Amino acid sequence: MRARIGPWIAIIVGMIYFLVPLIATFEFSLRMKRGEYSFEAYRIVLGDPNFQASFTYSALIAVAAIIFGVLLVVPTAYVVQLKLPRLRPLVEFITLLPLVIPAIVLVFGYLRMYNSSSWIPLTNSVRGTDFLLTCAYVTLALPYMYRAVDTGLRAIDVRTLTEAAQSLGSSWPRILFQVILPNVRVAVLSGAFLTFAIVIGEFTMASLLNRPAFGPYLQLIGANRAYEPAALAIIAFIITWACMGLIQLFGGGRQNAARR
Amino acid sequence: MAFLTLESLTKTFGNQTTIHGIDLAVERGEFISFLGPSGCGKTTTLRMIAGFETPTSGTIKIDGKDVTDLRPNQRNIGMVFQAYALFPNMTVADNIAFGLKVAKKSSAEITKRVKEMLELIKLPDVGARYPYQLSGGQQQRVALARALAIQPKILLLDEPLSALDAKIRISLREEIRAVQRALGITTIYVTHDQEEALSMSDRICVMNDGRIEQLGTPFEIYNYPTTRFVASFVGTLNILNGQVLDSTSGRLGIDDQEIFTARELGGASTGDTLSLALRPEALSIGHANGGSNNLNGTIDEVHFLGSVVRIRVRFGSNIVSLDTFNRPHSAPPERGQPVTVNFTREDILVLDRPAI
Repeated sequence: MRARIGPWIAIIVGMIYFLVPLIATFEFSLRMKRGEYSFEAYRIVLGDPNFQASFTYSALIAVAAIIFGVLLVVPTAYVVQLKLPRLRPLVEFITLLPLVIPAIVLVFGYLRMYNSSSWIPLTNSVRGTDFLLTCAYVTLALPYMYRAVDTGLRAIDVRTLTEAAQSLGSSWPRILFQVILPNVRVAVLSGAFLTFAIVIGEFTMASLLNRPAFGPYLQLIGANRAYEPAALAIIAFIITWACMGLIQLFGGGRQNAARR
Repeated sequence: MAFLTLESLTKTFGNQTTIHGIDLAVERGEFISFLGPSGCGKTTTLRMIAGFETPTSGTIKIDGKDVTDLRPNQRNIGMVFQAYALFPNMTVADNIAFGLKVAKKSSAEITKRVKEMLELIKLPDVGARYPYQLSGGQQQRVALARALAIQPKILLLDEPLSALDAKIRISLREEIRAVQRALGITTIYVTHDQEEALSMSDRICVMNDGRIEQLGTPFEIYNYPTTRFVASFVGTLNILNGQVLDSTSGRLGIDDQEIFTARELGGASTGDTLSLALRPEALSIGHANGGSNNLNGTIDEVHFLGSVVRIRVRFGSNIVSLDTFNRPHSAPPERGQPVTVNFTREDILVLDRPAI
């Protein structure tokens, strides 16, 4: 019996650690109107055109970063696993660099490389800067995206599936998109979710590249208001969990069934 | 002209040569097995035929066309893998249709062919299922159907039954052979299981250390092995060391007893020590066999194996095993019992001289 109490205590402590701040934030976000609970803070936040604009902007950049990231990472991880296993430590090291190099260093590097007087003056135009920001987010999410995809690839017999498809006359793009990618879909979705979460909350790069993203908006609201930041935090949390739920719904169930 | 030809095929990985200039000609519609222990080069050779490995030197020709430098997807070869390799994200029907879709066949043609293939493998109702919903044996049959659907010139099977249990293995190997015969497709089958190779093949290519040791029909390989390796690898074999007493009459001495071979021992001199091979089933206890060779010894061990009783008999420094059928009404001999082992002159295979 004692053996069962220990894990339960750990779970309860963990849940308290996790839930109490969440409940407290939620409770605080409802107290905008004096003496009563209301969703006034949510109404203000959701009705704010800047919220809608910044969230939409970040969501679009996140989707672009996910597409770029998948197109970059899946073929890379696939080739490393299939043809260049000796390069795996080097590739892993490179993909880990964004974790050890602070975002502010990265963004100053980008500004130096791609400013208006450089060879590739991406910051000259709004679209150019958006593209630069997308690339920056791909880099920032690289450790998570690469690891997720690599783990997914390790779980399937990449070599044999590739050879089976080859023997049936398939070309490389077809193998990648019809055989390999569908079988690492959950891993790709996990990477996509992590990328989305990183992009939605990211402040440094968006701020220094002067783009109207959700991170700088959060910072602005947090600096000037009391209840709205709490409401925003809860909204962000709900979005995150909704993403996870969708991943489970559309990805996990079928993939697990296919693997069973 | 042979349908598949390997000419001086060599493969080197780094400093290590794994295939040493293999020459092989396979006829159209022939079922040939590559048999050998792990690391003998059979799978590497198969992978070179499939195009997954590039030969260091030599050529591969299919139907007279040099395919050595063609990519795997340009060779029109069907392959079945040990690990099934069915695409987990696709249904059985989609798996079988995959190669046909790649070949841009019409949907009506694909549907018809998938149906034919499912009937061929006797699984007409599993088209809508996913691979995980099938047993190992069923998955391998689907893998066979997928490989055959594209009507390949050659079918390659890389230890396809290794992952299956014994009963399924036996039934599936009969099915594979029946399908191969029905379609008349040239087939290369890689296995380390001698029983599989012996029971399925038109010819067996026994490989060792990257070389072909012997190529022949199962009958030839089993009964007339040309090297010590083939003799010991295929089937159970008793090896005796015999001293040449008279090479002309084929008289040999085994621990102070004499036996005779059917042929003279050309090239051997009196006093030479030769390795002699005897199959367990060629030996019998007593004189029932009617052979002219008799060796007196004592029972060393008796192993009851159910339908068969394996008896080990010692003659001085030599030991032989022989098999007798189990007879419920007569008890097997006991350890230490003196016996006479009888065999014919023709049963003796003279191998190369043992390393001393």
